[in-house]
Amino acid sequence: MEKKLVYIYLAYERFWHWSQAILIIILIFTGFEIHGSWQFLGFETAVKIHNSASTALLILIVFTIFWHFITGEWKQYIPGTKNLLAQIKYYLIGIFKNQPHPTKKKMRKKLNPLQSLVYLGLKVILFPMVVITGLLYLFYRFPSDGEIRSLKMDGLENVALLHTVGAFLIVAFLIVHLYLITTGETITSNLKAMITGYEELEKDEQDDNDECQNNY
Amino acid sequence: MRRIVLSLLILVSIGYLSYRLFVGIHHDESLLVAMKRENQRDLEIPVEHALFEVLDQEFKDVREVTAACLTCHNGRGNEVMKTSHFQWIREEFVEGRGVIKLGKKNVINNFCIGVAGNEHSSMKCHAGFGWEDHKFDFADERNVDCLICHDQSGEYVKGNKMAGLPSPVVNLQKVAKEVGRPSKANCGSCHFFGGGGNNVKQGDMEVALLDCSREVDVHMSAEGGNMSCVDCHGDANHQIKGKLYTISSMDRNRVTCIECHTALPHDERTLNKHTAKISCQTCHIPTYAKVNSTKTSWDWSTAGKLKDGQPCHEKDSLGNHTYLSIKGSFEWGRNLQPEYTWFNGTAGHYLVGDQINPDQVVQMNSLNGNYRDLNAKIVPVKVHRAKIPYDTGRNVLIQPYLFSHNKGEGALWQDFNWEKACEKGMEKVGQAYSGHFGFVKSELYENINHMIAPKEQALSCVECHQKNGRLAGLTDFYLPGRDSNSIIDFTGKLLLILSLGGIAIHGSLRAFSASNLKRKKGRK
Repeated sequence: MEKKLVYIYLAYERFWHWSQAILIIILIFTGFEIHGSWQFLGFETAVKIHNSASTALLILIVFTIFWHFITGEWKQYIPGTKNLLAQIKYYLIGIFKNQPHPTKKKMRKKLNPLQSLVYLGLKVILFPMVVITGLLYLFYRFPSDGEIRSLKMDGLENVALLHTVGAFLIVAFLIVHLYLITTGETITSNLKAMITGYEELEKDEQDDNDECQNNY
Repeated sequence: MRRIVLSLLILVSIGYLSYRLFVGIHHDESLLVAMKRENQRDLEIPVEHALFEVLDQEFKDVREVTAACLTCHNGRGNEVMKTSHFQWIREEFVEGRGVIKLGKKNVINNFCIGVAGNEHSSMKCHAGFGWEDHKFDFADERNVDCLICHDQSGEYVKGNKMAGLPSPVVNLQKVAKEVGRPSKANCGSCHFFGGGGNNVKQGDMEVALLDCSREVDVHMSAEGGNMSCVDCHGDANHQIKGKLYTISSMDRNRVTCIECHTALPHDERTLNKHTAKISCQTCHIPTYAKVNSTKTSWDWSTAGKLKDGQPCHEKDSLGNHTYLSIKGSFEWGRNLQPEYTWFNGTAGHYLVGDQINPDQVVQMNSLNGNYRDLNAKIVPVKVHRAKIPYDTGRNVLIQPYLFSHNKGEGALWQDFNWEKACEKGMEKVGQAYSGHFGFVKSELYENINHMIAPKEQALSCVECHQKNGRLAGLTDFYLPGRDSNSIIDFTGKLLLILSLGGIAIHGSLRAFSASNLKRKKGRK
């Protein structure tokens, strides 16, 4: 089939992706220092950076949720069962035989069913869990009327442990994610696409029609 | 390019905004200056006592001085007589015991044990005259010692072993004319010397505070706040504010830092939030006994050994006694890190006659509180550990008879005979005695509240937020940086190893199959 350079990742999407990536890496680095896994910046600095980065990420998340809804991009994450098995089979077998990807990347369908499922899980379970436990961590005690009040919470333990579970899962995701971006058409094609926005894809009639609609 | 620059700009501003959100706004330095000016009191003596005729007389008896004071300050004697400085006892509610009368008079500690039977020596620090035994008249105003607190000549001292009467060398006429608001030296004349010597008992109150650097005590130092004791320990009708929980039990009439510093004194939110569970003293007194040593342990069981029939003593390199025939062996410490405990303002006490378990460490007093107690905060304490005598037959602590003027009366410090001292001591406090004694380990908790360091020297986060930090002993709550769940940590690490292993295997298989496919293609 004919190939064509397609503008697949929009400017905001790339901005969101990379700033989120930087912030998450900062949060992992400082978070595990707070956890006691290593000492590098010092506990106090680690806490300050972790708090600032988390607030920045929160602002970014709010903007991005808004972006997802006004652009309709949220539909990308609706998981389907179509091709799901084929996709798993591809990663387990097909990829070694140089077989083609079972799912074609399209402007309207950037994610394969396995990606949709994983990203949906990240967005509706893992990230909210980490964000909510993080907010409780920060704000379960708060100044009010010149003194410190507290939510009725029996200490930080459960909140902190859930936050830690989330952190481990995010690191695991990051490791696998970094590897899987090398499984594109070429080793670097996915990475290039997320930087420039453009990727060589098989020509898709519908995309051509949609392009003007999506390009704002 | 323009987009990248724009994105970076947005990112930087978001970062800055979030930083500001946590750092908060800095306090105006002039606020502190204004507060100082507002709270500074006029320390000039408002009247010239030297001009009063009533004070211009040859006093035969110190009680006449008190009588002279009362001619103008009428009613003040009755005020003082109601205070614990005079009564050495007051009504307290103690959990599990109800309302009881408690104070220095009847509570025993693990330093010189107790005052009962030893009044001649102990009453050197009584704000009265002549409390030798139970016959002392608590209702006679003339028995109140005004001078010990109000003397400003610096010449008034109480005599040794004189049951609170002044040393015979004191010129009462001169002293009576130079009186005023209590200074550090007045309070210190007793409170610095608890336990029988400078800084022995408290550890955070000692003569060095009369002239110290900001590093030793930022409030009392002349370079710092230049404050005296009564600036914080104010009074109403001679009832001085402040508590010592070796002999107090209730959360009342305490002196707090927030009276001046407010409940939210820090620029940083995170630090302010700590005040919900951490007392100010915990972070702001990194070490105590900063200048002179304080006694950390005392072994009474070695007391009584004589050298050539004479009492002897040994000293360490700093001049602290490590052994005294009359008291036993001691350990001392300087620049000590406090220990930490929860404290809600109420305490329990060992009372004469309480049963002990000799296999356990006897708690002379217990500071109440835990993480779940909304009134409790973590506070710094000095723990004094001592081996003290107990009745092995009845399992109660013994209050030995220590002091007498003459040999042969059974006092330990005269006769060096434990058996007699125990028997006589228990008789004096009206307790039965089985005739057999032993020694048991005990702990006494003393709150560390003084020797506040300049703010630059306050504890940094990592002093507690680490595995073996200062709060390693308080395990009833989750402390970030110290605590973790071993199952979660193990599973988490395993997950990461499996992920890395998985991609390593998958990646090498891809590389292998790719080269295989290439070779096959090449063959074709």
